[in-house]
Amino acid sequence: MGRFAARRIAQGLLVVLGVTIVVFVVTRLVGDPVDVLLPLEATAEQRAEFEHRLGFDRPIPVQFVDYLEDLARLDFGESFWQHRPVMEIVLEHLPRTFTLVIPAMLLMVVLAVPLGVLAALRPGGFLDRVTVVLSLIGLSIPQFWLGLLLILVFAVELKLLPPLGGGSPKHMVLPVLTLALPAVGRLAMIVRSSMIEELNQQYVKMALAKGIPYARVVGVHALRNAAIPALTLSGWEFIRALAGYSVIVEFVFQWPGVGFLAMQSIERQDLFLLQGIVFVVAVMVVVVNVIVDILYKAIDPRIKLA
Amino acid sequence: MRTQERVRARRRRELLGGRPYEMLRALRSALDELWGDKVGLFGLLVVVGLVLVAVLAPVLAPHDPTAGALGDRLRPPAWAEGGSARFLLGTDEQGRDILSRIIYGTRVTLLVGGSVVLLAGTFGTLAGLVAGYKGGRWDSVIMRIVDTQVAFPGLLLALVILAVVQPSVTSVIAVLALNGWMVYARMTRGVVLSVKEMPYVDAAEIVGCRPRRVVLRHILPNLASPLLTLAVLEFARIILAEAALSFLGLGIQPPQASWGLMVSQGKNYLFSAWWLVTFPGLAIALTVLGVNLLASWLRVAADPQEREKRFAAATSQRATQGTV
Repeated sequence: MGRFAARRIAQGLLVVLGVTIVVFVVTRLVGDPVDVLLPLEATAEQRAEFEHRLGFDRPIPVQFVDYLEDLARLDFGESFWQHRPVMEIVLEHLPRTFTLVIPAMLLMVVLAVPLGVLAALRPGGFLDRVTVVLSLIGLSIPQFWLGLLLILVFAVELKLLPPLGGGSPKHMVLPVLTLALPAVGRLAMIVRSSMIEELNQQYVKMALAKGIPYARVVGVHALRNAAIPALTLSGWEFIRALAGYSVIVEFVFQWPGVGFLAMQSIERQDLFLLQGIVFVVAVMVVVVNVIVDILYKAIDPRIKLA
Repeated sequence: MRTQERVRARRRRELLGGRPYEMLRALRSALDELWGDKVGLFGLLVVVGLVLVAVLAPVLAPHDPTAGALGDRLRPPAWAEGGSARFLLGTDEQGRDILSRIIYGTRVTLLVGGSVVLLAGTFGTLAGLVAGYKGGRWDSVIMRIVDTQVAFPGLLLALVILAVVQPSVTSVIAVLALNGWMVYARMTRGVVLSVKEMPYVDAAEIVGCRPRRVVLRHILPNLASPLLTLAVLEFARIILAEAALSFLGLGIQPPQASWGLMVSQGKNYLFSAWWLVTFPGLAIALTVLGVNLLASWLRVAADPQEREKRFAAATSQRATQGTV
């Protein structure tokens, strides 16, 4: 167990390292950071002074070692836009992203698992069709458009909920729904297909023949086995919600989380802030990955964590 | 005389390798099957329609997609109050016809989707072939890169790259291809590993085929059907990704017409002009739905094992119905 966790964490660090290297390469080599940071009309002297102050005039390998050292100390420098340490700003916004992502993922599991199981009990029935349609929606509707449609219906037409911004629980409803709904369709489909597969297994017939109640066979015996692919997808959905979809959803609803912060830092050309955001999100992704791997073991004792 | 003719005909056939005929026959049976599967047919019609609209855009579009008259600003769709038949789906904030912009937007969608699938598919398949066939160090290096890249969702990295380089059609294609090659590599490697142990591959090696010939002639054909399905599925995903990037302002730039960009520009008028975001978004959703349906039909239709299952299910159903 300990060895397994250590190995997974080492693999995770590799992901974080890879991401930071890509960010370094992209910001230093592909584009010229001074171009991005200084206005176009800056004189050559201003550019040179600026380059020197930030250390961009040193050789790339030296810069890279420096960059890694700063990373190790979790020092991302100061934001050009807010004139505060980058870490401080990112950590301030991170909880707000979690207040969207965690309720959305809970909602996804609460809706998708029962829906998928009930759909699997009667393939071709009403709930099965609902599941299939939902999953097609989840695969086909652009998330930003779903968010805008929800604003149109619930904020503009019905005037039930506030359209934009953050703060009150009422502001949370639409963004959480936008994050959760497409994921519900995808997860329900996976639960459905793996439940159908499990229900056709011999051990289900055996359990029923022994006289174990149907509900128990479905809810305990079959569901536990069907939970493994569902867990894989849930973990993946969580990661994508955290590191991808939240950018879009927060941008649509102007929810002041990390995703919206990323968009703002791009708009204001705040490279150091953007670097910090990507690093923190990469660490979060790795943490979620490790948690999911450990959960596997809890569900399925056959899985050996070696 | 007659033998001469026959020889000539045979030569002609050999020249073509018998392939066009086989392909035509395969195509016809596939179309027959599609007719029986209305959902898959819908998907195919959407895709064919998309290509036609993109090619015929100048003929189909009633107005110039980039020129608008401010006098025609924010006209609602034709059937709504205040709409006119001149602008079927209304006009945007610059008085440009929404329908024409959607029609021209198909070009960007197809261009980006097609190029990314082609680039990422080619590179990913090659990487998978090398990893699977060579094994050893090649395999572990390539698959480690794949694992690392898969573990991190691409959107954030795409944002960083597009924030530094100038966003354009080319850079969007490059970024999406960079983010999308891993699935092909994984799948190709899996198939190669299972096929590599087949007796006919051993035979080819023993006969003295060079590795390149073994890989391209004996192993690659096994990948045709799964690769095709995956490419179509990825096409749908890429359309969504391009739309999302353009929506965030980091994809296609104005004045070009892209569906995601149209939604993005329309969102500032959400409270007064609902049609600006509704119709381009609907175009994205319908297109992606169609491509997804085509992919799910292909998954079953192009896979011999799935076909067998389906055939068995159909016969047994017929048999039970016969007894009742």
